[in-house]
Amino acid sequence: MCQACDSFLDRLFAKGVLHATGVDGLYGRGQAFEAVIEGMDRLITRFSAGDRAEVIRFPPGMNRGLFEKSGYMKNFPQLAGTVHSFAGSEKDHLALLDNIHNGGDWTGGQEATDIVLTPAACYPLYPIVARRGPLAAEGGLFDIQSYCFRREPSKDPARMQMFRMREFVRIGAPEQAASFRESWLERARDFAEALELPHHIDVANDPFFGRAGRMMASSQREQALKFELLVPIESAENPTACQSFNYHQDHFGALWDIKTATGETAHTACVGFGMERLALALFKHHGIDADGWPNSVRSALSL
Amino acid sequence: MFDTIRRLVDEQGRLSVAAATIGDDADLYATGLTSFAAVQLMLALEETFDVEFPDRMLNRRSFSSIAAIANCLQEIKAEEAA
Repeated sequence: MCQACDSFLDRLFAKGVLHATGVDGLYGRGQAFEAVIEGMDRLITRFSAGDRAEVIRFPPGMNRGLFEKSGYMKNFPQLAGTVHSFAGSEKDHLALLDNIHNGGDWTGGQEATDIVLTPAACYPLYPIVARRGPLAAEGGLFDIQSYCFRREPSKDPARMQMFRMREFVRIGAPEQAASFRESWLERARDFAEALELPHHIDVANDPFFGRAGRMMASSQREQALKFELLVPIESAENPTACQSFNYHQDHFGALWDIKTATGETAHTACVGFGMERLALALFKHHGIDADGWPNSVRSALSL
Repeated sequence: MFDTIRRLVDEQGRLSVAAATIGDDADLYATGLTSFAAVQLMLALEETFDVEFPDRMLNRRSFSSIAAIANCLQEIKAEEAA
């Protein structure tokens, strides 16, 4: 095998860091990969140790009704994934098996369930917070994680369709949300330096859909509502966003009617860690064999 | 043109005040125009004036005031006439 001409993804497969499934962006994770993910989880926890965030972990699916209310389909219909299931008769079942056997379309009769795939770790959080009633004076801080789905198949290993996102979400007065994001923009540099990753932080926008989306994206950039920590993985010209720092203003607060202790609409901000992307950045810059990484990096990850 | 823009701002903008009470140069975002309402306003303007905003105008600034909207519409009409 020619190591020089294989892609990064091919080399990850060859070493069992990732395992191919036949679908671009959908991979099994090997032992070395998971050890790095766990190490990174520990490092992130250490970076946030003094914050006393409330820990919540989500499954990869969320309530479809709440997803509909979230407005995700207004902005990102091209990325969403829904869960459908068989709900027919025995006769329908026979027709379904017949279609599978003959290579026909067997999915047309599947019915939408009340579950959709979670598009971002914080989406299931807001309705939970809203249900609790007004926030305390100090607001809320949450440490969440979920597998997320985005329909964007790619040969770039850093663009997976299913991946883990860990997030800290701050909910409170405008200045609480804004200062939370500022503090994480500073911490992020220390975090990337602890992992000895080349990086820079830049203003960014979400991949909003269509012409209306172009306006949303431009507006997001003009107001500097989103920043990303970028690390070159597949290309130096187009580095990969491994962390994002988002200030939603009162968007989610108004949508879910979350109130501060003084009765104002809450503002929200979040910092998201793309766990797989950060792990891939480490494998890219320190080598496919994690045993050979610099001791300082291994120690930061408590490997 | 300004009256029609004001009517659409009232219908789509969800401002805290009536468009008739604000000046041509007043900042619509400061009176409650959200990014999403600006998109709705943009689509309503396109339908009403039978135009399509070019990509370079699909930004926050183009819809920041009644006058800014009128300038964009006049620029598009002038390009169509040329």
